[in-house]
Amino acid sequence: MTSTFLRSSALRTALRASAPKAPARAGLAGTSFVRGKATLPGLPYDYGALEPSISGQIMELHHNKHHQTYVTSYNNFSEQLEEAKQKQDIQAQIALQPLINFHGGGHINHTLFWENLAPKNQGGGEPPSGKLAQAINDSYGSLESFQQKFNTALAGIQGSGWAWLVQDTQTGSIQIKTYANQDPVVGQFRPILGIDAWEHAYYLQYQNRKAEYFKAIWEVINWKAAEKRLQ
Amino acid sequence: MSVQTYQLPKLPYDYDALEPYINKDIMVLHHTKHHQTYVNNLNAALKSQAEAVQAADIPTQVALQQAIRFNAGGHINHSLFWRNMCPAKSDDAKPSAAPKLVDKMKATWGDEATFRKAFNTALLGIQGSGWGWLIKVETGKEERLAITTTKDQEPVVGKGEVPIFGVDMWEHAYYLQYQNEKAKYVEQIWNVINWKTAEERFVGSRAEAFKDLKATL
Ligand SMILES: [Fe+2]
Ligand SMILES: [Fe+2]
Repeated sequence: MTSTFLRSSALRTALRASAPKAPARAGLAGTSFVRGKATLPGLPYDYGALEPSISGQIMELHHNKHHQTYVTSYNNFSEQLEEAKQKQDIQAQIALQPLINFHGGGHINHTLFWENLAPKNQGGGEPPSGKLAQAINDSYGSLESFQQKFNTALAGIQGSGWAWLVQDTQTGSIQIKTYANQDPVVGQFRPILGIDAWEHAYYLQYQNRKAEYFKAIWEVINWKAAEKRLQ
Repeated sequence: MSVQTYQLPKLPYDYDALEPYINKDIMVLHHTKHHQTYVNNLNAALKSQAEAVQAADIPTQVALQQAIRFNAGGHINHSLFWRNMCPAKSDDAKPSAAPKLVDKMKATWGDEATFRKAFNTALLGIQGSGWGWLIKVETGKEERLAITTTKDQEPVVGKGEVPIFGVDMWEHAYYLQYQNEKAKYVEQIWNVINWKTAEERFVGSRAEAFKDLKATL
């Protein structure tokens, strides 16, 4: 069950909200933890389905190699953490924390990311509606102006990281935040929509022209998934 | 007001000279696009800085510091990096080109293989973008070698620290050729480490290690 790992209720809800409805999506987040072990969630679309925004080759490596490595490493370090707890070895537990944060964060971030992408024929790029559309208009004036600010945030990341649209769990308001490396959106903020700004997310297709990737990805953003995460 | 601007340094070898360990596509993009962007952004930030100094605008000066640090770091790191590599066929690519450094390495890590293993472990332990460096640390009369990693474009400019050689662990440094297999890149880059440059930096001073940067003015 997910609850032992996903302590943040916000994240738990976010992952549940987009849990599979059809058997074809049974690999998604809802079943991504087997006997306390994290497992790689299946994608709800083909690797090539996000072309031309994101090439099939990128999607395959990104999901099958990068995300898989986070899952494997997270399980490995979780096991070590469990052993350290049993031995009451506090030093070892503390030493493992950055590794849990990094690899567990990598698993969470990518799981949320796959869900907030969709091919055009499955609603990718269709503008948000309802409460989320309202919140974006209230805070940013328009979707275009929001996307511009989001892209500026993405471009400003120095090194590897993510940009997220998050909801403040205290005030309910939304904002754009960037996170370094694989730092996950936990605590005060609830992840609504994230974009991976690591070079592996775009390099094979866009090389150093990352602004083009940031522009193209909006064509395959699944706003429906984002709407479900907003509370 | 005239502000000094930095230029992209020329590579001391051809773009395909590090093949098959680092391919030409990577080298061209890395040098003409990535490094060039750091140089451009550094020059822009320094210009704004000079204007802010002229205007006695301290908040703007402070706000510019991170952009200067990041882009100057990118310029410094890459300038050092190009020079600490060379074609694999060159005599400079052999550790025998660095007798004094290798002696110190052995005194520190026991043998060269143990050093390489420790260096590779450090490189692979970087979470996100960053660099791994072998540095000489001078504390008083004492001189020691150390492996250090830096995040993003943090430069190795600490007091008494002399960079000997560095390895770029940003994904752009290897992705077109090695994709997610960064352990292979880390293994292969040893074929193109310039030990002669490493030796010169090891026996030389901190100022000498950075002297090439002045030439890019
Ligand atoms: Fe990623
Ligand atoms: Fe680089």
